[in-house]
Amino acid sequence: MWVELLLLVLVVLVAVVIARLGDLFAAAMLTGIFSLLCAGLYTIMDAVDVAFTEAAVGAGITTVLFLGALGMTSTAERQQRFRWRPLLVVVLTGGALMWGTSDMPAFGDPAAPIHHHVEPEYLEGAASDIHVANVVTAVLASYRGYDTLGEVTVVFTAAVGVMLLLGRAAGGAARHWRRGADRSLGVSEGAAEPGELRDAPMLMREKPVLRVSVRLLIPFILLFALYVQAHGDFGPGGGFQAGVIFAAGLILFGLIFDPQAVARVFPPAVAETLIAVGVLLYGGTGVATLLLGGKFLDYDEFGLASGQHYGILAVELGVGIAVAATMVRLYFAFSALHPEDVVEPQ
Amino acid sequence: MSAPAMGGHWVTWMIVLVLLIGLYTLIAHDNLIKKIMGLNIFQSAVVLLYVSMGTVTGGTPPVLLEPTAGVTEPVLYSNPVPHVLMLTAIVVGVAITALALAIVVRIQGAYGTIEEDEIGAIEMRHDEAQSRA
Amino acid sequence: MSEHLPILQVVLPLLAAPLCVLLRQGGLVRWFASAVAWVTFAIAVVLLRATLGGAELSYAIGDWAPPIGIEYRVNLPSAFVAAVVAAIAAVVLTFDSRGSATRLAMRRRYLFYAAYLLCLAGLLGMAISGDAFNVFVFLEISSLATYSLVSIGKERRALMSAFSYLIMGTLGGTFFLLGVGMLYVQTGTLNMADLAQRLDAVSGTRTVSLGFALIVIGLSIKLAVFPLHQWLPNAYTYAPPKAAAFLAGTATKVSYWVLVRFVFLVFGASYAFDQMRLDLLLMPLSLLAMFVGALAAAYQRDLRRLLAYSSISQVGYMTLGFSFANREGLTAGLVHMLNHGLAKSALFLAVACIAYRAGTTDISALRGIGRRMPFTSLAFVIGGMSLVGVPGTAGFITKWHLVLAAFDRGLPAVGFAVLLSSLLAVAYVWRLVETAYFSSGDDGGRAGGGSPGGEPRAAVLEAPLGMLLPMTVLMAATVVFGLWTRYSAGIAGDAAAFLLGVAP
Repeated sequence: MWVELLLLVLVVLVAVVIARLGDLFAAAMLTGIFSLLCAGLYTIMDAVDVAFTEAAVGAGITTVLFLGALGMTSTAERQQRFRWRPLLVVVLTGGALMWGTSDMPAFGDPAAPIHHHVEPEYLEGAASDIHVANVVTAVLASYRGYDTLGEVTVVFTAAVGVMLLLGRAAGGAARHWRRGADRSLGVSEGAAEPGELRDAPMLMREKPVLRVSVRLLIPFILLFALYVQAHGDFGPGGGFQAGVIFAAGLILFGLIFDPQAVARVFPPAVAETLIAVGVLLYGGTGVATLLLGGKFLDYDEFGLASGQHYGILAVELGVGIAVAATMVRLYFAFSALHPEDVVEPQ
Repeated sequence: MSAPAMGGHWVTWMIVLVLLIGLYTLIAHDNLIKKIMGLNIFQSAVVLLYVSMGTVTGGTPPVLLEPTAGVTEPVLYSNPVPHVLMLTAIVVGVAITALALAIVVRIQGAYGTIEEDEIGAIEMRHDEAQSRA
Repeated sequence: MSEHLPILQVVLPLLAAPLCVLLRQGGLVRWFASAVAWVTFAIAVVLLRATLGGAELSYAIGDWAPPIGIEYRVNLPSAFVAAVVAAIAAVVLTFDSRGSATRLAMRRRYLFYAAYLLCLAGLLGMAISGDAFNVFVFLEISSLATYSLVSIGKERRALMSAFSYLIMGTLGGTFFLLGVGMLYVQTGTLNMADLAQRLDAVSGTRTVSLGFALIVIGLSIKLAVFPLHQWLPNAYTYAPPKAAAFLAGTATKVSYWVLVRFVFLVFGASYAFDQMRLDLLLMPLSLLAMFVGALAAAYQRDLRRLLAYSSISQVGYMTLGFSFANREGLTAGLVHMLNHGLAKSALFLAVACIAYRAGTTDISALRGIGRRMPFTSLAFVIGGMSLVGVPGTAGFITKWHLVLAAFDRGLPAVGFAVLLSSLLAVAYVWRLVETAYFSSGDDGGRAGGGSPGGEPRAAVLEAPLGMLLPMTVLMAATVVFGLWTRYSAGIAGDAAAFLLGVAP
């Protein structure tokens, strides 16, 4: 209980600092810390899968996205003056929330209704129907597998939106690519437009410690991603986390060396295709069960003994592919803007 | 681990505080990227709230344990359902962040600023110039 | 296969979107997306027919019986909403915007269609899902697609509009999620039918009251209830015309239905109206929306903005009907989803035609447009008449039921307010009629604004057929459903009876 409170106090403090900080670059780094603290809280609250995801997404991807966006905009927030009306809204909301939650079951109460309706059937069924040790995976991929199809679709939708906005990075455009990359995540080559970028006296790829450690780390990161992909049945992990970690490995390489090097291995057009393939793999699994005569996403159609296993394997793979490809594609979008694709509106 | 000693709702109310900090940042700040950071904090608080609902005092993470010889007492697991829901919510959050940042990058290109009040002023001048023309 | 239609209705457009990305070829994708939208509409019609007798179709996804698994539950009102959304989506998608709609490069146009189909899938999923959390997931799918669609409008203001919409929409979505969490923590279930049963025992708790408030506020943002409507005018004004026509006809309607569904089928009318007194809040706000929206519309200089503000007033009619909580009122609210959706989509398409030929949507620059584009202008006037509620148009049917509902509730003053607000609608519709027909086109040159040819008798230059046809279809439907109401107000009346739990 005390650990929870200590971490929560830290979370509050970091949140306040993020809100107050005028240096957006520092604030972006702090959002990473914020996520790590949250991940710590999730772990203590027994939500290991959520912690894993938060660490990978919040501390990893979101921070990279913020830094990329900051590289293309500006890193200083103008002094924000205090405003009364928002404070009033916040106070009212806070009052309502505290009033409303005051007769909620207490934190950690084993008698709370949510532990006695529906949930016990998941705990039993995960062992007897689905044969999966990690109940989160059982619920995520099978009992509520349709939500997860929706989740992959959300990721896909965001990818479509970002591609609509930030241009297509396929082929050609190497010249712009170079410039765009240097202007953002690869950190500037010093003499960029004044006021737009922070001073970077030295390119990251010229720092030997970074070069060597990254080269050593990346194979392990990618390997770990595959392990996480396969391990979701037995412990925390699964397609989403694996996809993020895989992408993080590639993004790390791009950050230290050159986004273009990543683009040669994993061209943006391929990433775009793979996002769609991932979604279709998930949805296709559902269509396959339909064609076999069952309900949508009823994996029992793949065989009573281990059909659930095959089904979960297929959809988790779909999630992994779609997420990894999306994250890489987002990274490209935020590290290079393609002027010939983007016609500035009048 | 003495849950009742803390009055039962302190965790929830600390989380509400986090939510409010995010909400204030979101609506009071002019800087669009700062707004998105506020949105992130706001959404994280909701995730924290859900996850805290699923916690059972003395429970273990919902990964089924092999029965151990000699132990007959059932294992107490924390509730996996909020975890599943919040995995989805975190993903929704990062999707929204990515899209919002992409829009902000384009706003910078179109207006040369990402401060909401400055953009408003630019549009106002634009409108006035048009109505005079 | 017919038992799988509920899921196919949503999964078809959902999986067609990634296929658009794989096909990638602009022209091909356009035909593919249109075909998918029409098939989706056909499925929606079959489902609507299946529920006409009052039957409820439950589809257990993954074959996990609800509340363990996620359930799609198609009943008369949800099938009606899905059919309206699918119909408008299909007709609008057929509209040939001739590359004038967005600032997208031609070879990236397939992304527009992917986003469009995702939005459709999200809206349909919201309409028929029987699981509270699943509604959130599909709400976010449709929302993210919507923000993307708005952001690619031609003017740079589209970007800021999309951003504001994203912030407000996400706030709404997150409030909704928080509200669902409050219900979940007291009941342990996410299935709506199961929630309805289990909420009775805990309906006195503050947690459930908070959940109710959060869900109502969250959805009110998404459906632009006054004063939470600020995102709407800019979003619909600066979105690409085709996207605006689709969204203006569908997006707020689906949120409206989700709110109605939660109030009547989850919380129950007696909880919402007797215990929480939702009507005391919603009725004044609806009345304000009707007047403020119409008044603001009358002062707009841009045709698109005029229509967007009129939407706020029209949402006011829908929520007013809902706030009566009686059969006539609900009938009005539900049928207005169709009546307003058709008229508003048609009007935005008409504006797209005008923008394509005249190059502007500034009302003062459109003098004499009635002679240069007689057909489009006529269509615009018919749509405007439906907004006013002139007999013979669909809008009249709504107002008729609204007035009946007001008298049923013993609130004749509210009924007169409905009539009075219609007069305000006349004011904003008349502005265009006057400009189009009663100010001569020869001073169009002085007004500037790109009216081609300053001669006294400008040549007729109508929009191409690929634009006129979809607009005409929607506009004709507006007239048809103004005269023949068996499949509009008739269904809405039965749906209202279903929601209130009385015999149709």
